[in-house]
Amino acid sequence: MSAPLSPGAAAVQLIRRDLRLALRRPGEWLQPLGFFVVVTALFPLALDPELSRLRDMAPGVIWVGALLSSLLALELLFREDGQDGSLEQLAVSGLSLAWLLLAKTCVHWLLTGLPLVIVAPLLATALGAPVAAIPGVMVALFLGSIALSLIGAIGAALTLGLRRGGTLLALIVLPLAVPVLVFGAQATALAIALEPLAGPLYLLGAMAVLAATLAPLAAAGAVRISLE
Amino acid sequence: MAWTWFHRFGSPPHFYRIAGKLVPWFGTLAALACIGGLIGGLVLAPSDYLQGEGYRIIYVHVPAATLSMMAYAVMALAAATGLIWRMNVAYAVAASCAPIGASFTVIALVTGSLWGRPMWGTYWVWDPRLVTELLLLFLYLGYMGLRGAIEESGRADRASAILAIVGVVNLPIIHYSVDWWNSLHQGHTLLKFGAPSMPPSMYVPLITMILGFMLYFGAVLLVRARGEVLRRERTARWLLDVVGEV
Repeated sequence: MSAPLSPGAAAVQLIRRDLRLALRRPGEWLQPLGFFVVVTALFPLALDPELSRLRDMAPGVIWVGALLSSLLALELLFREDGQDGSLEQLAVSGLSLAWLLLAKTCVHWLLTGLPLVIVAPLLATALGAPVAAIPGVMVALFLGSIALSLIGAIGAALTLGLRRGGTLLALIVLPLAVPVLVFGAQATALAIALEPLAGPLYLLGAMAVLAATLAPLAAAGAVRISLE
Repeated sequence: MAWTWFHRFGSPPHFYRIAGKLVPWFGTLAALACIGGLIGGLVLAPSDYLQGEGYRIIYVHVPAATLSMMAYAVMALAAATGLIWRMNVAYAVAASCAPIGASFTVIALVTGSLWGRPMWGTYWVWDPRLVTELLLLFLYLGYMGLRGAIEESGRADRASAILAIVGVVNLPIIHYSVDWWNSLHQGHTLLKFGAPSMPPSMYVPLITMILGFMLYFGAVLLVRARGEVLRRERTARWLLDVVGEV
Protein backbone atom coordinates (compact mmCIF):
# COMPACT_ATOMS: atom_id res chain seq x y z
CA MET A 1 0.00 0.00 0.00
CA SER A 2 1.35 3.39 -0.99
CA ALA A 3 1.76 6.25 1.42
CA PRO A 4 -1.34 8.45 1.82
CA LEU A 5 -1.39 11.46 -0.47
CA SER A 6 -0.97 14.91 0.97
CA PRO A 7 -4.03 17.13 0.33
CA GLY A 8 -2.06 19.27 -2.10
CA ALA A 9 -0.82 16.32 -4.14
CA ALA A 10 -4.28 14.80 -4.19
CA ALA A 11 -5.80 18.05 -5.47
CA VAL A 12 -3.15 18.31 -8.19
CA GLN A 13 -3.82 14.73 -9.29
CA LEU A 14 -7.55 15.27 -9.28
CA ILE A 15 -7.19 18.44 -11.32
CA ARG A 16 -4.97 16.68 -13.85
CA ARG A 17 -7.38 13.77 -14.11
CA ASP A 18 -10.43 15.97 -14.58
CA LEU A 19 -8.64 18.13 -17.13
CA ARG A 20 -7.49 15.10 -19.09
CA LEU A 21 -10.97 13.60 -19.10
CA ALA A 22 -12.50 16.87 -20.19
CA LEU A 23 -9.97 17.55 -22.94
CA ARG A 24 -10.80 14.21 -24.50
CA ARG A 25 -14.40 15.28 -24.82
CA PRO A 26 -14.16 18.93 -25.85
CA GLY A 27 -17.73 18.98 -27.13
CA GLU A 28 -19.12 18.78 -23.64
CA TRP A 29 -17.52 21.83 -22.13
CA LEU A 30 -17.56 23.86 -25.35
CA GLN A 31 -21.36 23.71 -25.38
CA PRO A 32 -21.89 26.23 -22.56
CA LEU A 33 -19.49 28.58 -24.33
CA GLY A 34 -21.41 28.21 -27.58
CA PHE A 35 -24.63 28.78 -25.67
CA PHE A 36 -23.23 32.00 -24.18
CA VAL A 37 -22.27 33.32 -27.62
CA VAL A 38 -25.58 32.35 -29.22
CA VAL A 39 -27.70 33.85 -26.43
CA THR A 40 -25.74 37.08 -26.61
CA ALA A 41 -26.12 37.16 -30.38
CA LEU A 42 -29.89 36.67 -30.11
CA PHE A 43 -30.48 39.98 -28.35
CA PRO A 44 -29.39 42.25 -31.21
CA LEU A 45 -31.51 40.13 -33.55
CA ALA A 46 -34.62 40.34 -31.38
CA LEU A 47 -34.21 43.97 -30.42
CA ASP A 48 -33.37 47.14 -32.25
CA PRO A 49 -29.73 46.61 -33.29
CA GLU A 50 -28.82 50.27 -32.93
CA LEU A 51 -25.38 50.39 -31.33
CA SER A 52 -26.17 53.05 -28.71
CA ARG A 53 -29.11 51.00 -27.41
CA LEU A 54 -27.15 47.77 -27.48
CA ARG A 55 -24.47 49.45 -25.42
CA ASP A 56 -27.03 50.25 -22.70
CA MET A 57 -28.18 46.67 -22.65
CA ALA A 58 -24.76 45.05 -22.95
CA PRO A 59 -24.14 44.52 -19.19
CA GLY A 60 -27.47 42.81 -18.66
CA VAL A 61 -27.17 40.71 -21.81
CA ILE A 62 -23.63 39.57 -21.00
CA TRP A 63 -24.41 38.72 -17.40
CA VAL A 64 -27.69 36.94 -17.96
CA GLY A 65 -25.97 35.00 -20.73
CA ALA A 66 -23.07 34.11 -18.44
CA LEU A 67 -25.43 33.10 -15.61
CA LEU A 68 -27.52 30.84 -17.86
CA SER A 69 -24.44 29.37 -19.45
CA SER A 70 -22.91 28.57 -16.05
CA LEU A 71 -26.22 27.00 -15.02
CA LEU A 72 -26.18 24.84 -18.14
CA ALA A 73 -22.61 23.78 -17.41
CA LEU A 74 -23.38 22.73 -13.83
CA GLU A 75 -24.84 19.43 -14.93
CA LEU A 76 -21.35 18.44 -16.07
CA LEU A 77 -19.81 19.11 -12.71
CA PHE A 78 -20.69 16.02 -10.67
CA ARG A 79 -23.07 13.97 -12.77
CA GLU A 80 -20.64 11.64 -14.51
CA ASP A 81 -18.49 11.11 -11.43
CA GLY A 82 -21.64 10.49 -9.42
CA GLN A 83 -22.83 7.85 -11.86
CA ASP A 84 -19.59 5.91 -12.23
CA GLY A 85 -18.82 5.97 -8.51
CA SER A 86 -15.72 8.19 -8.61
CA LEU A 87 -17.41 10.68 -6.33
CA GLU A 88 -18.03 7.95 -3.77
CA GLN A 89 -14.34 7.04 -3.91
CA LEU A 90 -13.43 10.66 -3.24
CA ALA A 91 -15.83 10.69 -0.28
CA VAL A 92 -14.30 7.59 1.29
CA SER A 93 -10.70 8.50 0.41
CA GLY A 94 -10.06 9.91 3.89
CA LEU A 95 -9.06 13.27 2.45
CA SER A 96 -11.20 16.31 3.06
CA LEU A 97 -14.08 16.03 0.61
CA ALA A 98 -14.58 19.80 0.67
CA TRP A 99 -11.00 20.30 -0.47
CA LEU A 100 -11.35 17.77 -3.30
CA LEU A 101 -14.63 19.32 -4.43
CA LEU A 102 -12.93 22.72 -4.46
CA ALA A 103 -10.32 21.21 -6.81
CA LYS A 104 -13.08 19.76 -9.01
CA THR A 105 -14.88 23.09 -9.07
CA CYS A 106 -11.61 24.78 -10.07
CA VAL A 107 -11.37 22.54 -13.12
CA HIS A 108 -14.99 23.16 -13.90
CA TRP A 109 -14.39 26.89 -13.76
CA LEU A 110 -11.29 26.59 -15.96
CA LEU A 111 -13.35 24.80 -18.59
CA THR A 112 -16.66 26.66 -18.42
CA GLY A 113 -16.00 29.95 -16.60
CA LEU A 114 -12.68 31.08 -17.98
CA PRO A 115 -13.76 30.67 -21.64
CA LEU A 116 -16.59 33.13 -20.96
CA VAL A 117 -14.04 35.64 -19.69
CA ILE A 118 -11.94 35.06 -22.80
CA VAL A 119 -14.75 35.60 -25.31
CA ALA A 120 -16.23 38.50 -23.33
CA PRO A 121 -14.12 41.18 -25.13
CA LEU A 122 -15.46 39.97 -28.48
CA LEU A 123 -19.07 40.04 -27.34
CA ALA A 124 -18.73 43.32 -25.46
CA THR A 125 -17.21 44.98 -28.52
CA ALA A 126 -19.94 43.55 -30.72
CA LEU A 127 -22.50 45.07 -28.38
CA GLY A 128 -20.85 48.48 -28.73
CA ALA A 129 -18.62 48.66 -25.65
CA PRO A 130 -15.58 50.90 -26.13
CA VAL A 131 -12.15 49.25 -26.19
CA ALA A 132 -11.14 50.98 -22.97
CA ALA A 133 -13.99 49.19 -21.17
CA ILE A 134 -12.71 45.70 -22.02
CA PRO A 135 -10.38 45.16 -19.00
CA GLY A 136 -13.14 46.12 -16.56
CA VAL A 137 -15.65 43.83 -18.28
CA MET A 138 -13.18 40.96 -18.15
CA VAL A 139 -12.21 41.43 -14.50
CA ALA A 140 -15.86 41.62 -13.46
CA LEU A 141 -16.69 38.44 -15.36
CA PHE A 142 -13.54 36.76 -14.03
CA LEU A 143 -14.49 37.34 -10.38
CA GLY A 144 -18.18 36.77 -10.96
CA SER A 145 -17.76 33.48 -12.82
CA ILE A 146 -15.65 32.10 -9.95
CA ALA A 147 -18.44 32.89 -7.51
CA LEU A 148 -21.05 31.46 -9.89
CA SER A 149 -19.18 28.16 -10.31
CA LEU A 150 -18.81 27.77 -6.54
CA ILE A 151 -22.42 28.66 -5.74
CA GLY A 152 -23.53 26.34 -8.52
CA ALA A 153 -21.48 23.52 -7.02
CA ILE A 154 -23.79 23.54 -3.99
CA GLY A 155 -26.85 23.26 -6.20
CA ALA A 156 -25.28 20.56 -8.35
CA ALA A 157 -24.35 18.57 -5.24
CA LEU A 158 -27.86 18.91 -3.79
CA THR A 159 -29.58 17.74 -6.97
CA LEU A 160 -27.10 14.96 -7.66
CA GLY A 161 -28.86 11.89 -8.98
CA LEU A 162 -32.35 13.41 -8.96
CA ARG A 163 -34.56 12.68 -11.92
CA ARG A 164 -35.97 16.15 -12.35
CA GLY A 165 -32.68 17.74 -11.37
CA GLY A 166 -32.34 20.26 -14.20
CA THR A 167 -35.20 22.65 -13.52
CA LEU A 168 -34.83 22.24 -9.78
CA LEU A 169 -31.16 23.15 -10.09
CA ALA A 170 -32.16 26.43 -11.75
CA LEU A 171 -34.73 27.18 -9.04
CA ILE A 172 -32.15 26.55 -6.31
CA VAL A 173 -29.13 28.27 -7.82
CA LEU A 174 -30.64 31.38 -9.42
CA PRO A 175 -31.83 33.09 -6.19
CA LEU A 176 -28.42 32.50 -4.63
CA ALA A 177 -26.65 33.82 -7.71
CA VAL A 178 -28.60 37.07 -7.88
CA PRO A 179 -26.15 39.17 -5.79
CA VAL A 180 -23.36 38.18 -8.20
CA LEU A 181 -25.55 39.09 -11.15
CA VAL A 182 -26.47 42.48 -9.67
CA PHE A 183 -22.93 43.58 -8.85
CA GLY A 184 -21.47 42.01 -11.97
CA ALA A 185 -23.86 43.87 -14.23
CA GLN A 186 -23.28 47.04 -12.21
CA ALA A 187 -19.50 46.75 -12.61
CA THR A 188 -19.88 46.05 -16.33
CA ALA A 189 -22.19 49.02 -16.79
CA LEU A 190 -19.67 51.28 -15.03
CA ALA A 191 -16.86 49.86 -17.17
CA ILE A 192 -18.76 50.52 -20.39
CA ALA A 193 -19.58 54.05 -19.22
CA LEU A 194 -15.81 54.45 -18.56
CA GLU A 195 -16.42 55.29 -14.92
CA PRO A 196 -14.51 53.96 -11.87
CA LEU A 197 -15.78 50.50 -11.02
CA ALA A 198 -13.67 49.52 -8.02
CA GLY A 199 -16.67 49.39 -5.63
CA PRO A 200 -18.66 46.59 -7.29
CA LEU A 201 -15.42 44.81 -8.19
CA TYR A 202 -14.41 44.64 -4.53
CA LEU A 203 -17.84 43.25 -3.69
CA LEU A 204 -17.56 40.66 -6.48
CA GLY A 205 -14.13 39.71 -5.15
CA ALA A 206 -15.53 39.40 -1.64
CA MET A 207 -18.32 37.16 -2.91
CA ALA A 208 -15.81 34.99 -4.78
CA VAL A 209 -13.68 34.61 -1.65
CA LEU A 210 -16.70 33.93 0.56
CA ALA A 211 -17.97 31.34 -1.90
CA ALA A 212 -14.51 29.72 -2.14
CA THR A 213 -14.32 29.33 1.63
CA LEU A 214 -17.88 28.23 2.43
CA ALA A 215 -19.40 26.71 -0.72
CA PRO A 216 -17.10 23.62 -0.81
CA LEU A 217 -18.13 22.78 2.76
CA ALA A 218 -21.82 22.96 1.88
CA ALA A 219 -21.22 21.04 -1.35
CA ALA A 220 -19.30 18.34 0.51
CA GLY A 221 -22.16 17.96 2.99
CA ALA A 222 -24.62 17.76 0.12
CA VAL A 223 -22.55 15.19 -1.78
CA ARG A 224 -22.32 12.99 1.29
CA ILE A 225 -26.09 13.15 1.73
CA SER A 226 -26.65 12.38 -1.94
CA LEU A 227 -24.38 9.35 -1.80
CA GLU A 228 -26.14 7.72 1.14
CA MET B 1 -29.48 18.64 33.42
CA ALA B 2 -30.32 21.86 31.66
CA TRP B 3 -30.56 20.06 28.35
CA THR B 4 -33.20 17.56 29.36
CA TRP B 5 -36.04 19.71 28.11
CA PHE B 6 -34.32 20.02 24.76
CA HIS B 7 -34.00 16.29 24.26
CA ARG B 8 -37.49 15.73 25.57
CA PHE B 9 -38.86 18.24 23.08
CA GLY B 10 -36.96 16.35 20.39
CA SER B 11 -38.74 13.09 21.06
CA PRO B 12 -41.79 12.75 18.81
CA PRO B 13 -44.37 11.64 21.42
CA HIS B 14 -43.41 14.44 23.79
CA PHE B 15 -43.29 17.00 21.04
CA TYR B 16 -46.69 15.87 19.81
CA ARG B 17 -48.17 16.18 23.29
CA ILE B 18 -46.53 19.46 24.31
CA ALA B 19 -47.22 21.08 20.92
CA GLY B 20 -50.86 20.04 21.20
CA LYS B 21 -51.11 21.81 24.54
CA LEU B 22 -49.37 24.95 23.27
CA VAL B 23 -51.49 25.45 20.15
CA PRO B 24 -54.61 26.85 21.91
CA TRP B 25 -52.45 29.29 23.91
CA PHE B 26 -50.68 30.58 20.84
CA GLY B 27 -53.94 30.70 18.90
CA THR B 28 -55.90 32.60 21.55
CA LEU B 29 -53.13 35.11 22.20
CA ALA B 30 -52.65 35.59 18.45
CA ALA B 31 -56.35 36.30 18.00
CA LEU B 32 -56.37 38.76 20.90
CA ALA B 33 -53.27 40.58 19.66
CA CYS B 34 -54.53 40.76 16.08
CA ILE B 35 -57.99 42.01 17.09
CA GLY B 36 -56.43 44.58 19.41
CA GLY B 37 -53.87 45.62 16.83
CA LEU B 38 -56.46 45.93 14.08
CA ILE B 39 -58.77 48.06 16.21
CA GLY B 40 -55.81 50.19 17.24
CA GLY B 41 -54.50 50.45 13.70
CA LEU B 42 -57.65 50.80 11.64
CA VAL B 43 -59.85 52.79 14.05
CA LEU B 44 -57.87 54.52 16.79
CA ALA B 45 -54.65 55.51 15.01
CA PRO B 46 -54.71 58.91 13.27
CA SER B 47 -54.43 59.08 9.49
CA ASP B 48 -51.05 59.92 8.02
CA TYR B 49 -50.36 63.52 7.02
CA LEU B 50 -48.87 62.41 3.71
CA GLN B 51 -50.51 59.09 2.84
CA GLY B 52 -53.96 59.68 4.37
CA GLU B 53 -55.87 56.52 5.20
CA GLY B 54 -53.96 54.43 2.67
CA TYR B 55 -51.05 53.91 5.02
CA ARG B 56 -53.15 51.62 7.20
CA ILE B 57 -52.24 48.64 5.03
CA ILE B 58 -48.99 48.84 6.98
CA TYR B 59 -50.75 46.93 9.75
CA VAL B 60 -50.84 43.85 7.51
CA HIS B 61 -47.92 44.50 5.23
CA VAL B 62 -45.17 45.05 7.79
CA PRO B 63 -46.07 42.08 10.02
CA ALA B 64 -46.30 39.80 6.96
CA ALA B 65 -42.94 41.00 5.66
CA THR B 66 -41.36 40.60 9.11
CA LEU B 67 -42.73 37.10 9.43
CA SER B 68 -41.64 36.14 5.92
CA MET B 69 -38.05 36.65 7.06
CA MET B 70 -38.55 35.33 10.57
CA ALA B 71 -40.09 32.13 9.24
CA TYR B 72 -37.00 31.63 7.10
CA ALA B 73 -34.73 32.18 10.08
CA VAL B 74 -36.76 29.68 12.14
CA MET B 75 -36.67 27.23 9.26
CA ALA B 76 -32.89 27.52 8.90
CA LEU B 77 -32.41 27.21 12.67
CA ALA B 78 -34.63 24.15 12.83
CA ALA B 79 -32.82 22.66 9.84
CA ALA B 80 -29.43 23.30 11.46
CA THR B 81 -30.71 21.75 14.71
CA GLY B 82 -31.77 18.72 12.73
CA LEU B 83 -28.40 18.42 11.04
CA ILE B 84 -26.40 18.90 14.22
CA TRP B 85 -28.38 16.79 16.68
CA ARG B 86 -29.94 14.47 14.06
CA MET B 87 -33.31 15.32 15.46
CA ASN B 88 -36.27 14.16 13.44
CA VAL B 89 -38.69 16.59 15.10
CA ALA B 90 -36.49 19.55 14.10
CA TYR B 91 -36.72 18.47 10.46
CA ALA B 92 -40.48 18.24 10.82
CA VAL B 93 -40.53 21.82 12.12
CA ALA B 94 -38.29 23.04 9.28
CA ALA B 95 -40.45 21.33 6.69
CA SER B 96 -43.54 22.93 8.23
CA CYS B 97 -42.02 26.42 8.14
CA ALA B 98 -41.60 26.58 4.38
CA PRO B 99 -45.21 26.77 3.18
CA ILE B 100 -46.14 29.20 5.98
CA GLY B 101 -43.16 31.42 5.23
CA ALA B 102 -43.92 31.32 1.52
CA SER B 103 -47.51 32.40 2.26
CA PHE B 104 -46.31 35.32 4.38
CA THR B 105 -43.98 36.31 1.55
CA VAL B 106 -46.84 36.28 -0.94
CA ILE B 107 -48.99 38.34 1.44
CA ALA B 108 -46.16 40.86 1.89
CA LEU B 109 -45.68 41.13 -1.87
CA VAL B 110 -49.40 41.45 -2.65
CA THR B 111 -50.18 43.99 0.09
CA GLY B 112 -47.04 45.90 -0.84
CA SER B 113 -48.05 46.12 -4.47
CA LEU B 114 -51.59 47.20 -3.51
CA TRP B 115 -50.02 49.86 -1.33
CA GLY B 116 -47.63 50.87 -4.08
CA ARG B 117 -50.43 51.60 -6.56
CA PRO B 118 -51.86 54.69 -4.77
CA MET B 119 -48.57 55.79 -3.16
CA TRP B 120 -45.97 55.22 -5.88
CA GLY B 121 -48.38 55.11 -8.83
CA THR B 122 -47.40 51.60 -9.78
CA TYR B 123 -48.04 48.05 -8.60
CA TRP B 124 -44.48 46.93 -9.06
CA VAL B 125 -41.08 48.54 -9.43
CA TRP B 126 -37.79 46.74 -9.95
CA ASP B 127 -36.56 47.96 -6.65
CA PRO B 128 -34.01 46.14 -4.44
CA ARG B 129 -36.44 45.65 -1.57
CA LEU B 130 -39.14 44.22 -3.75
CA VAL B 131 -36.81 42.04 -5.78
CA THR B 132 -35.07 40.61 -2.72
CA GLU B 133 -38.45 39.78 -1.17
CA LEU B 134 -39.35 38.02 -4.42
CA LEU B 135 -36.07 36.12 -4.17
CA LEU B 136 -37.10 34.99 -0.69
CA LEU B 137 -40.20 33.48 -2.27
CA PHE B 138 -38.00 31.62 -4.75
CA LEU B 139 -35.81 30.39 -1.89
CA TYR B 140 -38.88 28.93 -0.22
CA LEU B 141 -40.02 27.41 -3.51
CA GLY B 142 -36.58 25.92 -4.13
CA TYR B 143 -36.56 24.45 -0.63
CA MET B 144 -40.00 22.91 -1.12
CA GLY B 145 -39.07 21.76 -4.61
CA LEU B 146 -35.96 20.02 -3.37
CA ARG B 147 -37.91 18.33 -0.58
CA GLY B 148 -40.52 17.19 -3.04
CA ALA B 149 -38.00 15.88 -5.56
CA ILE B 150 -36.23 13.54 -3.14
CA GLU B 151 -38.30 10.51 -2.34
CA GLU B 152 -36.36 9.19 0.60
CA SER B 153 -37.44 11.17 3.65
CA GLY B 154 -34.13 11.23 5.51
CA ARG B 155 -32.18 12.41 2.50
CA ALA B 156 -34.81 15.02 1.68
CA ASP B 157 -34.50 16.34 5.24
CA ARG B 158 -30.74 16.69 5.20
CA ALA B 159 -30.36 17.98 1.64
CA SER B 160 -33.04 20.63 2.11
CA ALA B 161 -31.48 21.56 5.46
CA ILE B 162 -28.22 22.44 3.70
CA LEU B 163 -30.14 24.54 1.18
CA ALA B 164 -32.00 26.35 3.98
CA ILE B 165 -28.74 27.17 5.76
CA VAL B 166 -27.04 28.36 2.57
CA GLY B 167 -30.02 30.58 1.80
CA VAL B 168 -29.56 32.44 5.09
CA VAL B 169 -26.96 34.65 3.35
CA ASN B 170 -29.88 36.33 1.57
CA LEU B 171 -31.64 37.38 4.80
CA PRO B 172 -29.32 40.31 5.65
CA ILE B 173 -29.41 41.35 2.00
CA ILE B 174 -33.20 41.58 2.16
CA HIS B 175 -33.23 43.31 5.52
CA TYR B 176 -30.63 45.93 4.69
CA SER B 177 -31.54 46.40 1.03
CA VAL B 178 -33.40 49.60 1.93
CA ASP B 179 -30.28 50.99 3.60
CA TRP B 180 -27.69 49.77 1.11
CA TRP B 181 -29.34 50.79 -2.15
CA ASN B 182 -31.26 53.79 -3.26
CA SER B 183 -34.69 52.35 -2.83
CA LEU B 184 -38.13 53.68 -3.57
CA HIS B 185 -39.31 51.61 -0.62
CA GLN B 186 -39.23 53.61 2.59
CA GLY B 187 -36.53 52.97 5.17
CA HIS B 188 -36.93 51.20 8.48
CA THR B 189 -39.52 52.72 10.74
CA LEU B 190 -39.24 50.66 13.90
CA LEU B 191 -35.90 48.89 13.86
CA LYS B 192 -33.49 51.79 13.75
CA PHE B 193 -31.35 53.82 16.06
CA GLY B 194 -33.25 56.39 18.10
CA ALA B 195 -37.00 56.64 18.43
CA PRO B 196 -39.34 55.12 15.83
CA SER B 197 -40.32 57.62 13.13
CA MET B 198 -43.98 57.30 14.10
CA PRO B 199 -46.09 58.50 17.02
CA PRO B 200 -46.99 55.87 19.66
CA SER B 201 -50.62 55.81 18.53
CA MET B 202 -49.35 54.41 15.23
CA TYR B 203 -46.50 52.15 16.29
CA VAL B 204 -48.11 50.52 19.30
CA PRO B 205 -50.81 48.89 17.14
CA LEU B 206 -48.11 47.97 14.61
CA ILE B 207 -46.01 46.22 17.24
CA THR B 208 -49.14 44.51 18.54
CA MET B 209 -49.90 43.27 15.04
CA ILE B 210 -46.35 41.98 14.57
CA LEU B 211 -46.64 40.19 17.89
CA GLY B 212 -50.01 38.78 16.83
CA PHE B 213 -48.56 37.53 13.55
CA MET B 214 -45.67 35.90 15.41
CA LEU B 215 -48.06 34.11 17.75
CA TYR B 216 -50.19 33.08 14.79
CA PHE B 217 -47.08 31.76 13.07
CA GLY B 218 -46.25 29.80 16.22
CA ALA B 219 -49.74 28.30 16.36
CA VAL B 220 -49.86 27.33 12.67
CA LEU B 221 -46.31 26.02 12.80
CA LEU B 222 -47.11 23.76 15.74
CA VAL B 223 -50.25 22.44 14.06
CA ARG B 224 -48.36 21.71 10.86
CA ALA B 225 -45.39 20.21 12.70
CA ARG B 226 -47.74 17.92 14.63
CA GLY B 227 -49.19 16.73 11.35
CA GLU B 228 -45.70 16.23 9.96
CA VAL B 229 -44.68 14.25 13.06
CA LEU B 230 -47.78 12.10 12.69
CA ARG B 231 -46.93 11.39 9.06
CA ARG B 232 -43.35 10.48 9.88
CA GLU B 233 -44.25 8.36 12.89
CA ARG B 234 -47.18 6.63 11.26
CA THR B 235 -45.73 3.21 12.06
CA ALA B 236 -44.64 4.03 15.62
CA ARG B 237 -46.15 2.31 18.62
CA TRP B 238 -46.75 5.43 20.72
CA LEU B 239 -49.17 6.65 18.09
CA LEU B 240 -51.54 3.83 18.99
CA ASP B 241 -51.75 5.13 22.55
CA VAL B 242 -52.50 8.66 21.34
CA VAL B 243 -55.10 7.53 18.83
CA GLY B 244 -56.49 5.14 21.39
CA GLU B 245 -57.10 8.03 23.77
CA VAL B 246 -59.16 9.99 21.27
